[in-house]
Amino acid sequence: MSDLKLKIHSKTLKEMESHAKLIFPYECCGFFFGNEANGRLITRVLPVQNVKNGDQRRRFEIDPVDYMKAEQHALENNVKLLGIFHSHPLHKAIPSQHDLKQALPYFSYIILSVYSNSIEDITSWRLNDEGAFENEIIYLTDKKSSYGKNHYSNTA
Amino acid sequence: MARIIIPTPLRKFTKDESTFFSSKKNVLEAIEELSSFYPEIKNNLFDEDNKLRSFVKVFVGDKDYNSLQEKDIELQDDTVVSIIPAIAGGTGK
Repeated sequence: MSDLKLKIHSKTLKEMESHAKLIFPYECCGFFFGNEANGRLITRVLPVQNVKNGDQRRRFEIDPVDYMKAEQHALENNVKLLGIFHSHPLHKAIPSQHDLKQALPYFSYIILSVYSNSIEDITSWRLNDEGAFENEIIYLTDKKSSYGKNHYSNTA
Repeated sequence: MARIIIPTPLRKFTKDESTFFSSKKNVLEAIEELSSFYPEIKNNLFDEDNKLRSFVKVFVGDKDYNSLQEKDIELQDDTVVSIIPAIAGGTGK
C-alpha cells in the first residue's frame, strides 16, 4: 500500500464531483489548495475552464493565466497549491500516458471517473523520484463518506 | 528589484523558496540569474541550447512574454515575473 496520503472533507470532494458531472461529457479540470502541516490536507477547490483546443472529451489544458492566478492565490492566502484535478469521462480513474507525460513533481493529481451523472471512482497520484506515478490514498476527514470504492478510505 | 514567482513544483530546487528577487533589467537575464543561484532548476527551465523549454511560459505582469513584441522589456522594481509550467492531460483514447 502506498505511503502517500491526501486528506479532504467530503464536502470539498463533492465540489470536484459536481464540477466533473456539470462538464460531462467533456473533461473538467481545476486546482486544489491546502496545507501540509500534518500530512497533505485539501481545504479549497478551484475549478477552471478546460481551454484545450481540440477534443475536450479526451483532453484538458489549463490556461496559463489561471495557473498564474492559482499561484498568486496560494501566496496571498498562505496556503499551498497542492495539485490538479481532472476528469476522465467514460474512462477509468487511471492516469494515461498523456497524463504521465505532462505530470510535474510535487503535485497531487486527482482523477475522477465520470459516467453521465455518476462518479464511478476517484483516485490520486503523485510522481515519485523515478518519474512514475504512485497511487495516493484519499482519506475523508469527516469519516461520513458513502464513497468507499477502490481507492477511498474513510479511516485516517 | 523585480520579483520572480517560482512555480510550486519547482520549489524543490529552490529550497522551497517561492520568490526570487533579481536586479537584472532583462527578463531572460533575470531568469538566468535565478538558474545560477539555484543550479538544479536550470534543466527544468532551459534546454541544451539555453532556450526556454517549450512547456515553460513566462509572464511579465499579466502579459505572456512570448507574445510581446518588445523582447527586451525593462524590468522595474515592482515587476512580477511568473514562471508557468504547462498543465494538461487527459484519457488520451
